[in-house]
Amino acid sequence: MPIDALTQGLVFGILVGALYGLAAVGLSLVFGVMRVLNVAHGELLMIGGYASFWFFSLYGIDPFVSLAATIPTLFVIGIVLHRGLFVHVTKLREEDRIKNSLLMGFGLALILDNLAIRLWTADERSITTVYSGAAASLMGVSLPYVRVGSLLFALVAILALHLFLTRTYIGRSIRATAEDWEAAAIVGINVDRTYLLAFAIGTALAGAAGALVSVGYSINPGIGLEWTLKALIVIVLAGMGSVGGTLAGGLLLGAVESVSVYFIGGAYREVVGLVMFLLVLLLRPKGLFGN
Amino acid sequence: MLECEGIDVFYDDLQALWGVSLSVEAGEIVALIGSNGAGKTTILRTIAGLSKPAKGDIKFDGVSLSKKPAYDIVDLGIALVPEGRKLFGSMTVLENLELGAFTGRARGEKNATMKWVYEVFPLLEERRNQTAVTLSGGQQQMLAIGRALMSQPKLLLLDEPSLGLAPLVVQMIFDVIEQINQRGVSVLLVEQNAHAALERAARAYVVENGRVVGHDTGQNMLRHEHVKSAYLGGV
Repeated sequence: MPIDALTQGLVFGILVGALYGLAAVGLSLVFGVMRVLNVAHGELLMIGGYASFWFFSLYGIDPFVSLAATIPTLFVIGIVLHRGLFVHVTKLREEDRIKNSLLMGFGLALILDNLAIRLWTADERSITTVYSGAAASLMGVSLPYVRVGSLLFALVAILALHLFLTRTYIGRSIRATAEDWEAAAIVGINVDRTYLLAFAIGTALAGAAGALVSVGYSINPGIGLEWTLKALIVIVLAGMGSVGGTLAGGLLLGAVESVSVYFIGGAYREVVGLVMFLLVLLLRPKGLFGN
Repeated sequence: MLECEGIDVFYDDLQALWGVSLSVEAGEIVALIGSNGAGKTTILRTIAGLSKPAKGDIKFDGVSLSKKPAYDIVDLGIALVPEGRKLFGSMTVLENLELGAFTGRARGEKNATMKWVYEVFPLLEERRNQTAVTLSGGQQQMLAIGRALMSQPKLLLLDEPSLGLAPLVVQMIFDVIEQINQRGVSVLLVEQNAHAALERAARAYVVENGRVVGHDTGQNMLRHEHVKSAYLGGV
């Protein structure tokens, strides 16, 4: 039945949209706090996916359980990348940070892509657990357990980030630095350390998203660019400044993409997101939920 | 308590300060007067650690500040109320004040300090759940001063606290500055309103083209011919 297919598409869209949202909050956090646009964000997601894949393949650890190791691993990778690379961009004036970080990010993306091919081959990988094929059914709509689990994890992670940023002293210092780093410095916030923390958290969030992609979908060394693009579209749709808004933007993009497949076919799936991206930039540059 | 000893400061290749020396003693109000672009703001920014001197040294209670990051300088007891206030606009009054007590020394005594800030500015307590951008200019200035006080400074650096405010509010801000000073906080004050600043200052420095060109007591400055013609509107 056509309506059923539409509903099913919408549900799948929302399920993948939660991952778009999770990928985007990390990129948005880094951009908002550091004024650094890390176009290798998708590659960090890819690495998170491989981390989860190898935890499963080599040690048989369930991907949802291994998040407890994947997230800290990527957090540490974030610290290393910031210390080694992005810290140099943050020494520049704010106007120069974006363009320099773009160059650095592209370079990093190329290196990580090729490193991943070298280490792990270009094969498409996916985690297949015993419950991978199983799904609940609700009024004729199929709800695959792994994707619903991913959605729930994404919601919890985003809520946790929101609470961290609004309720804790350290979280507030991150928001303060995002608003005005000089004001943050004169109230006694260590701005460099705050940048490091924001970048590490952003990387950890990308890693979490990647782990969920590797279980609900699939990964290969080349998925980075696609996910960076999704995250950028979500940030433009949602606007800066609100973690919840970014999640909503992710869900919206996922839903619209899926529904568009039903009406105009799968070939234009990627185009729909980019058209939304352009329309929002033209008509409401601060984003749908931005402040 | 504060000694600037011959500091040179550059913005990229542009030199902003040439051999600036000045001092603030414990309990004093010291004013910096001079025209726009003379370097007064740069002096305050450098003391606060936002700019670094290429030459010379700044000492606070004997400790050299010139290599210290801004967050350490706050913890040592110097708070800057910057030009344009630089509040955290999307955050509430309360959040701004709490962030003011971010450093280790101040955080433990946050509640006691906040009580004092609310005594000085009762209005801030009334508006504590309002975001900073929704405040009027005068209220924002109160919040900027309140936020600086939350770090429990020994020395308060004030950059143009009266700029753009209504006369009644200006009067109130100056009263508050005296009140804070009476609690033992030293004040280094940059002011457009040179007359009001000199009346309250124990001493004052005249800054022109990035150099200190004059230094005297506030009272003497008010009678000084050059100061009168250049900064007090010739009256």
